[in-house]
Amino acid sequence: MAFLDFVPNLGRRVSLMVLNLGTATRFLLWSLVAVINRHFSMQQLFKQVYGFGVRSLLLMMVAALFTGMVLGFQGYYALVRFGATSALGTLVALSLLRELGPVLTALLFAGRAGSALTAEIGSMKATEQLSAMEMMAVNLFAWVVAPRLWAGIIVVPVLCAIFDLVGVFGGYLISVPVLGVDGGTFWAQMQSNVTFSGDILTGLFKALCFGLVVTWIAAWQGYAARPTAEGVGNATTRSVVTASLAVLGLDFILTALLFT
Amino acid sequence: MEKRAIDWWVGIFVLLGIAALVVLALRVGNLSGFAYNDGYVLHADFSDVGGLKVRSPVKLGGVTIGEVTRIGMDPKTFMAHVTMRIEPKVKLPTDTGASIYTAGLLGEQYVAIQPGGMPQDLKPGGTITMTQSAVNLDQLIGQMVFNKASGSK
Amino acid sequence: MAAEALVELENVHFARGPRMVLAGIDMRVPQGAIVSLMGASGGGKTTLLNLMAGTLMPRSGRVRVAREDLRTLSFDGMYRLRRRMGMLFQHSALFTDSSVFENVAFPLRRHFRWGEDILRKLVLMKLEAVGLRGAAGLMPAELSGGMGRRVALARAMVMDPMLIFYDEPFTGLDPISVGIIATLIRRLNDALGATSIVVSHDVRETFSIADYGYILAGGRIIAEGTPEALQASDSDLARQFLGGQPDGPVPFHYPAHEDYATALGGSVVAGEGI
Repeated sequence: MAFLDFVPNLGRRVSLMVLNLGTATRFLLWSLVAVINRHFSMQQLFKQVYGFGVRSLLLMMVAALFTGMVLGFQGYYALVRFGATSALGTLVALSLLRELGPVLTALLFAGRAGSALTAEIGSMKATEQLSAMEMMAVNLFAWVVAPRLWAGIIVVPVLCAIFDLVGVFGGYLISVPVLGVDGGTFWAQMQSNVTFSGDILTGLFKALCFGLVVTWIAAWQGYAARPTAEGVGNATTRSVVTASLAVLGLDFILTALLFT
Repeated sequence: MEKRAIDWWVGIFVLLGIAALVVLALRVGNLSGFAYNDGYVLHADFSDVGGLKVRSPVKLGGVTIGEVTRIGMDPKTFMAHVTMRIEPKVKLPTDTGASIYTAGLLGEQYVAIQPGGMPQDLKPGGTITMTQSAVNLDQLIGQMVFNKASGSK
Repeated sequence: MAAEALVELENVHFARGPRMVLAGIDMRVPQGAIVSLMGASGGGKTTLLNLMAGTLMPRSGRVRVAREDLRTLSFDGMYRLRRRMGMLFQHSALFTDSSVFENVAFPLRRHFRWGEDILRKLVLMKLEAVGLRGAAGLMPAELSGGMGRRVALARAMVMDPMLIFYDEPFTGLDPISVGIIATLIRRLNDALGATSIVVSHDVRETFSIADYGYILAGGRIIAEGTPEALQASDSDLARQFLGGQPDGPVPFHYPAHEDYATALGGSVVAGEGI
């Protein structure tokens, strides 16, 4: 019975999803252009950059250090069989700059800042704070959403650059002092195979796209949450899950576009 | 939190990001030629450069002292014309030799410098005349097989 | 009802999906009056308030505020109009991460570029009016329910609005706070020369301050008039609501598909049910 219901429901579900996507896109565009609104405040933007960026910094650095160290180990044992440990620096750097840096930064950001953002906007809605602002003729998109969205776009590439650097350093720590790879070779190989625009900048561009998508999803989930305690809780979970999947999916598309 | 404190932290955060990017660019990415910008130029002609690329390292005794900045073709001699930039503190005698070697069996190729013993140094823009081309692995294996085959006859 | 109408509703219909919430509402709120809007929970009172504030749009019919048709108003026009409106929310809706002072100062900071000095004077004046000048430095979490409602009231009127909406201002408060809020609504309305619309199901308190009342049930207005006239109304529905009787035209039982005996199963003899 339940299964048979599923089939006619499918069309309804799909059309609802398309509608939701449309509304969410309108929400995104409204918020992006709201920077020119008079209710947009630099002060709010800075507050969010602080909240998203400075307060995730330690988490990112620890995660990056471990990621780099693991890459050093795994890369070494994979390469040593072919006597190609001289390529270890290249392996560590390219893995981090092209993939792991942007993707892990975005995933951690979704868990750390994205969930908090959804919960914040959701509970503002549940306690009528959003309605109160609207009644005070304050543009919600300019005052609440735009500073958070732009903060996400700014913060994630910066975090990603720091993640990349700490990660490479972690890889170096394991490769050179611990595993005995020649330090000069490690850096020289890395330098001759990594390009600034092709690897570093495209990686950061990826991070920028992820920052936009994660904050968009988080803000939208909060804005569209049912205004109850349970609704906000569900929205928070959905925000992290959707944002993580979106990052991985988008990563595939961006990789196909940028690195071919 | 106070406005000034937030501005300070955001400032530090952005600075950290920019610093990370600069270090990445220089240390990891070796932003084109930045490190050897003040070096001097040398030329060398090879009959075969193999897999040598622009920005391949130039080494002396295993230490990187410069990089390849341009690879071209001399239309008259049909030789590959390689331009290198060398660190200014490294002065090379006029009878210096240059070879193209491979790092490891499958590694990348680089220009190896064998310093000579002449009292005069190569001037900036000078040319290294004694060159040895890249070892072509296919050819080498082919030769070996051929020699074996002819030796067993 | 001689004064000019500030808010006018003509044959307003509103539906959420297939469910009709409001079916043909006609209302007229004269300038300077306190008009109460009463009715059972879920009767569409808050929806009606949102229609007047322009946060919802009717399916059909017309809503006019200060002679402007809300439906034809542009986005900016709506925001301009809202700067002259205030609303007290059911749960106060204070911004939890700013102090009482900053909460009241919020609309001023957003709409004007005033010096800190003049801003401070104005905010403290409004806080004094609700008796909470001493609480200016507290955070919303440190306030009692009644105090929170008063801060929200100060915030709602800090822009000196011409029209103030009150969404269930008495709900969940102790009798003393209810008395304070009721007095404040009347006093502020007269002092500011504003017009107030009070949504409530608190009959006694509402009637003590209202000039005129509407009773809403099933998406329609079933009775209107001055409090005295409403008390004397002979409508069954109005009598049930005002008298607080559990059963009447608004049934005690939610409609069920089958009768009670059948629902309990065949083994139970009708009339034996506990």
